[in-house]
Amino acid sequence: MSNEAAIHTDVHTHDSHGHHDDHAHHEHKQHFITKYIFSQDHKIISRQFLITGIFWAIVGGLMSVFFRLQLGFPEQTFKVLTMFLGDWAHGGKMDPEMYYGLITIHGTVLVFFVLTGGLSGTFANFLIPLQIGARDMASPFLNMLSYWFFAIAGVIMFSSLFITTGPASGGWTTYPPLSALKEASMGSGLGMDLWLVSMALFVVSSLLGGLNYIVTILNMRTKGMSMTRLPLTIWALLFTAILGVLSFPVLLSAAVLLLFDRHAGTSFYLSEIYVAGKALPNVGGSPILYQHLFWFLGHPEVYIIMLPAMGMASEILATNSRKPIFGYFAMILSLIGITLLAFLVWAHHMFVTGMSPFLGGVFVLLTLLIAIPSAVKVFNWLTTIWKGNIRFTVGMCFALGFVSLFISGGLTGLFLGNSALDIHLHDTYFVVAHFHIVMGISAFFGMFAGIYHWFPKMYGRFMNNTMGYIHFFITFVGSYVIFWPMHYEGVAGMPRRYYDFSNWESFKQFGELNQMISIAAIIVFIAQLFFVFNYFVSIWKGKKVTDPNPWQSNTLEWTTPIKPGHGNWDGEIPEVHRWAYDYKDDGNGGDFIPQHIPLKEGEESH
Amino acid sequence: MSGLMLVFLVVLIFVVLYQVARSSEMVAQIQGEQQFDKKRNKILGFSMLILMIAFFVGIVWCHEYMLPLMGPEAASNHGVQYDFMFKVTLWVTGIVFVLTQVLLFWFCFKYQRNGDKAPVFFAHSNKLELIWTTVPAIAMAVLVAIGLKAWFTMTGEAPKGAMQIEIVGKQFNWISRYPGPDGELGKKYFLNINDKDNLLGQDWKDKRNMDDIIIPNGELRLVKDVPVELIIGSRDVIHDVGLSHFRMKMDAVPGITTRIWFTPTITTAEMKMKTGNENFVYELSCDQMCGKGHYSMRAIVVVETQAEHDKWLKEQKSYYVQNHPEEFPAEAPIVAPVDSSKKITMNK
Repeated sequence: MSNEAAIHTDVHTHDSHGHHDDHAHHEHKQHFITKYIFSQDHKIISRQFLITGIFWAIVGGLMSVFFRLQLGFPEQTFKVLTMFLGDWAHGGKMDPEMYYGLITIHGTVLVFFVLTGGLSGTFANFLIPLQIGARDMASPFLNMLSYWFFAIAGVIMFSSLFITTGPASGGWTTYPPLSALKEASMGSGLGMDLWLVSMALFVVSSLLGGLNYIVTILNMRTKGMSMTRLPLTIWALLFTAILGVLSFPVLLSAAVLLLFDRHAGTSFYLSEIYVAGKALPNVGGSPILYQHLFWFLGHPEVYIIMLPAMGMASEILATNSRKPIFGYFAMILSLIGITLLAFLVWAHHMFVTGMSPFLGGVFVLLTLLIAIPSAVKVFNWLTTIWKGNIRFTVGMCFALGFVSLFISGGLTGLFLGNSALDIHLHDTYFVVAHFHIVMGISAFFGMFAGIYHWFPKMYGRFMNNTMGYIHFFITFVGSYVIFWPMHYEGVAGMPRRYYDFSNWESFKQFGELNQMISIAAIIVFIAQLFFVFNYFVSIWKGKKVTDPNPWQSNTLEWTTPIKPGHGNWDGEIPEVHRWAYDYKDDGNGGDFIPQHIPLKEGEESH
Repeated sequence: MSGLMLVFLVVLIFVVLYQVARSSEMVAQIQGEQQFDKKRNKILGFSMLILMIAFFVGIVWCHEYMLPLMGPEAASNHGVQYDFMFKVTLWVTGIVFVLTQVLLFWFCFKYQRNGDKAPVFFAHSNKLELIWTTVPAIAMAVLVAIGLKAWFTMTGEAPKGAMQIEIVGKQFNWISRYPGPDGELGKKYFLNINDKDNLLGQDWKDKRNMDDIIIPNGELRLVKDVPVELIIGSRDVIHDVGLSHFRMKMDAVPGITTRIWFTPTITTAEMKMKTGNENFVYELSCDQMCGKGHYSMRAIVVVETQAEHDKWLKEQKSYYVQNHPEEFPAEAPIVAPVDSSKKITMNK
């Protein structure tokens, strides 16, 4: 415990201390369990989040491969399905119950465990203290708890795959009454309870993390690090945390009410139901209430996923274009705009629930308003690379890919956000294509950009570049090949969440296309394994980092030692004298001036 | 066993690739980082250009492939409005899409780092930022205006004279109910439901129920150019009435009644001619996840002429009569209070 005390002294008295020569000594003494498992070091916790996220991404991705096999080849049987799914795929043909279980868990896992836990968990933890100049989070202990709640939530979700009635199978939105009544679906039995408990724990994890991030950013910036000198990653992570703290509790309430309806005989969401040969006693509830509660989180959730990716892309684009981010304040304002509007658009997921047309109109207006800050961001990114000196690191490639995907996916949002168009496109493959591109793939691209960019800081080694480029090109092309044609299927009215289309006169002509999409999905999945392989091998075998600032970046994390210990800086935390984007002539032939370099005589601060 | 072999093979390929990739980085070190960096930027900058060309060629190719597979033109009044609005939105977004994607990839190629170009410090411009805040705002205003106009027409009151049909979802099929000669649907309550002789839970004390016709497979019979209002309900979980050819959709929510209306404009027979597809049918699909049979929850929609519709109606027996044949010996006329003012489409 003595080492912990030392770190705490560090955290609280950092500017009064001189060198900590004994620091490394303490690190050395740490037991494996306190150092790597129940660690309170934000850098270790971030890697725990990331590796857990990678595990879940593989699980979720594999699920999508399985259900793509069903969608692409509904007539065929596959041994591999029986191998993984056992009795759920007798003779190599997937059972519909399992199909719906897989799409549900695929969605849940990727949205919450990978792109929320894995993305903001990783980068908020890793970057906030390093980029604002703090020794650790405000509360390292809560931070540790945040990870462990996340891990337990994951264990519970994973266990639901192995029970006899199967996992929750009502779609990742788990609308009641389907999810409330075990008579209505097998997955609405124990699997649904496990889903709800797992999500409740995940909300706890997210709140512990989020509060910590907000407090740390607001209170623990180093000397000179005013809010307007923060890198955009930190701004983005701040708003992500605010969104999460304000909206996740609403999901928790939705889940708790659903648990009551399931087990305590209440009727929050149930009314006038006749199922499995008998009428239920519940009257007076409304299934629509659940949808309001769910989407009050569900929509901000989209931005919880997007904002960190946006922040990281901004940082990586500026660094590798050797130019300041264009319109720093416009970027912050658009983040604020997106954050505010994110709370006011949820009902655009419910245009066809029979809502009041007037209310629908209001939500159309607010939804399309959000296109403005998004457009501003895109134009600012484009102007950032304009006349730059673009250096195509792997991280940069992914950041550029992120912009391309964000444009493509964002624009289709203008169709879906406009209620009159949504009437037809709602719950078709158009929606599948839209959200996979804009918050699935593009957020993944932001995440990959971040991983390739900050891997040297995480492990003191580089990831393999060549493998990185292969990963980039396959993923970029493959993602468009998978999702672009789905827009057309959606325009033709093809509904999502269908197990088989071959009996439908209106949709069966897409059989060949579905096959092609499935094959592309399998290739892209294998390319991701490629990345995972690169990631883990590079931890031990990657090229060693020799320059503490390998990307010639301005932000503070690159002023730490190549492999920073707990406490981040060996000596004093550097003082900050300028904003994060001074990519300009430094007077000595260099093209960047890090944040801790004092202003020169006569130099104007940004 | 073969599975294990496959995994082994994949890992082997990964290892080989990783080693090849590593050796290429060794080469980089030998060549000198800067030299290599320059070469790499050149290759990748060029790849970005190729990527862009491939991207746009792919889009055109995909479009050509998809067009013949797309459904026929919209078959309702709202559908025509939808198609127009879709086109406008497609043009607006299409222009932005091409512009931004081309700029993105072009900048990648054009501004790749080679040598030591002096960095450009360009961090801010009020004018530019103002332009790309206001232009999207104006475009959005246009889209919102067009959208809301269509939305309020589509969700507005059904016109007087619209024929009413009830459509109810259950796991996993649709049930449709026609008002019969009196032109009115009788009351129902979920506690009356039983699968033997009261599918929808009609209240037999309500005389308006006596002549109501129920089609247990949910077939919808619509009349060309006659507005129809669908009264939508669900017996168990949430379903959704998806009518892709008419560009309409509405959830079926237990405990709540929802409605949509539209005017079909093309009969099934005409559509068969237009598409050249003998098997063409309008289909009603369930568009809200409702359980394991969700994908099979299909009903047929027939759009016909008034004469055909009347003929069909005449052949139908009311649900009550079907289930209580003892009360109606022979072909006795159905006893139901007929309110002539409510008679709309059933005028024979």
